[in-house]
Amino acid sequence: MKLITAVIKPHRLDEVKTALQDFGVQGLTVTEASGYGRQRGHTEVYRGAEYTVDLVPKIRIEVLAEDADADELIEVLVKAARTGKIGDGKVWSVPVDTAVRVRTGERGPDAL
Amino acid sequence: MPAGILTTLAADKPVLDTGHTAFMLISAALVMVMTPGLAFFYGGMVRVKSVLNMLMMSFISLGIITILWTLFGFSLAFGTDHGGFIGGTDWLGMRHIGITQLWPGYGIPIYVFAVFQLMFAVITPALISGALADRVRFTAWALFITLWAIVVYFPVAHWVWGTGGWLAKLGVIDFAGGTAVHINAGAAALGVILVIGKRVGFKRDPFRPHNLPLVMLGAGLLWFGWFGFNAGSWLGADGVAAVAFTNTQVATAAAMLGWLGYERIRHGSFTTLGAASGAVAGLVAITPACGSVSPMGAIAVGVIAGVLCAWAVGLKFKLGYDDSLDVVGVHMVGGIVGSLLIGLFATGGVGQTAKGLFYGGGFGQLGKQAVGVVCVLLYSLVVSAVLAKVIDLVMGFRVSEDDEVSGIDQCEHAETGYDFAGVGSAARLGGLPVAAESKAVTGKKNETASPAQAAEPKVDA
Repeated sequence: MKLITAVIKPHRLDEVKTALQDFGVQGLTVTEASGYGRQRGHTEVYRGAEYTVDLVPKIRIEVLAEDADADELIEVLVKAARTGKIGDGKVWSVPVDTAVRVRTGERGPDAL
Repeated sequence: MPAGILTTLAADKPVLDTGHTAFMLISAALVMVMTPGLAFFYGGMVRVKSVLNMLMMSFISLGIITILWTLFGFSLAFGTDHGGFIGGTDWLGMRHIGITQLWPGYGIPIYVFAVFQLMFAVITPALISGALADRVRFTAWALFITLWAIVVYFPVAHWVWGTGGWLAKLGVIDFAGGTAVHINAGAAALGVILVIGKRVGFKRDPFRPHNLPLVMLGAGLLWFGWFGFNAGSWLGADGVAAVAFTNTQVATAAAMLGWLGYERIRHGSFTTLGAASGAVAGLVAITPACGSVSPMGAIAVGVIAGVLCAWAVGLKFKLGYDDSLDVVGVHMVGGIVGSLLIGLFATGGVGQTAKGLFYGGGFGQLGKQAVGVVCVLLYSLVVSAVLAKVIDLVMGFRVSEDDEVSGIDQCEHAETGYDFAGVGSAARLGGLPVAAESKAVTGKKNETASPAQAAEPKVDA
């Protein structure tokens, strides 16, 4: 199994969610996050005082996938999240030892 | 309240006028709502961790000043004159005021005048609080506004508006509080911050406003209430009150546009904070002048105030004083602008007969206005600094650096402004109110109890 984590622009969440559902993903977790990449932050002005805001709002998506599906899922996710502008985010995956469905106690791929 | 026009409303012998009286009672209520409005205006501008303290600094003024006013404040400000400097003791405890007794020269009862003026006394110390954001002990603040009202506000209100007050006799025009309220509060703010110093992280950390919608709500309430403040200061409902009302609206609109234009040129954007601040700057500047100028003059006063205040709020970074929410930059500067511009734009045909320079009155009125500005400014600045120094020596004016950094709401009020968690991690019942004396409730540092335990006990839990 793989844990796929994506940090994306907040306004792309709906597209990504729909694309993943169409792909067959049964569940995912979404967290509001802050961060920056090459895009860095932006500048805000309050009564003439300029503040550089380093951390911009992002959405972090976590989804578990079987090894065989992982690459294709990442592709679907990246395509849905892309706007082509700086600040689109990152996606990465890591191997997962085990997963348990809390309700039934099923383990491994059965738990997905 | 301007001196010298006492007879215009009701000729020789005024009788109780229910129309004027009804208008004044409503005006008093309008001025009252400015203090909560100010609390929102300021509260939205601070960070999440100090919003409650900012709200409370204004709100407590409604409590303390109301009682002081009833006990002796009204008497000291508006009682029988003593040498032009202070009122007498004849109305201590608001005794010896008949319910049918009229304010001399007007068709309204003394009680109506007293409660209208009370609302001015409440908001003036509250205005100072914006300069002291994030860092002063609540008890020190409460003591400060108590002493400040007694030695600064009550006397200055008497000088400017009291029967026999020396600035009134001199001919200084302050229709609704450019000197007595705004310069007074702005100079006091400057005096206090020069004594207590800057916030931790001033010029280093971003002090981003945490809730601009709240700022806009506060600005809206201030704008609304200000019609009572300005038009009500005529103490009657007639054409002059209508001109004051009109000028209030016109100058505020012009100042908002002036501020927005300035910041669009200087900084590139039209900001909501700029719109709210510009509106307040305009309200401040037209306050002393709304009974003297024409609507065209009000446009000039508004634009000048909007642009000058937008520029003045940047001075604190250059000069290094931490006027946190720009009380000096908006209220002191705006008050000076409005008070002095009377000397240029007074038409002589509205509520006062004095003419400004542009209407053929020469420099006379401008000189009188300058005397009023300088005297109120210096008196308030010096006395407020001395008061702050004394309080600082006796009990400490500021919270500890630790408490300031971790948030004044928790250390001074044992509360949090917003519960963002919503998942049950925020609070755990720490004891019902009856059993809670030993915990939390003391409000000062809860070393033994965790912040979670200190959070609000729920009786129904």
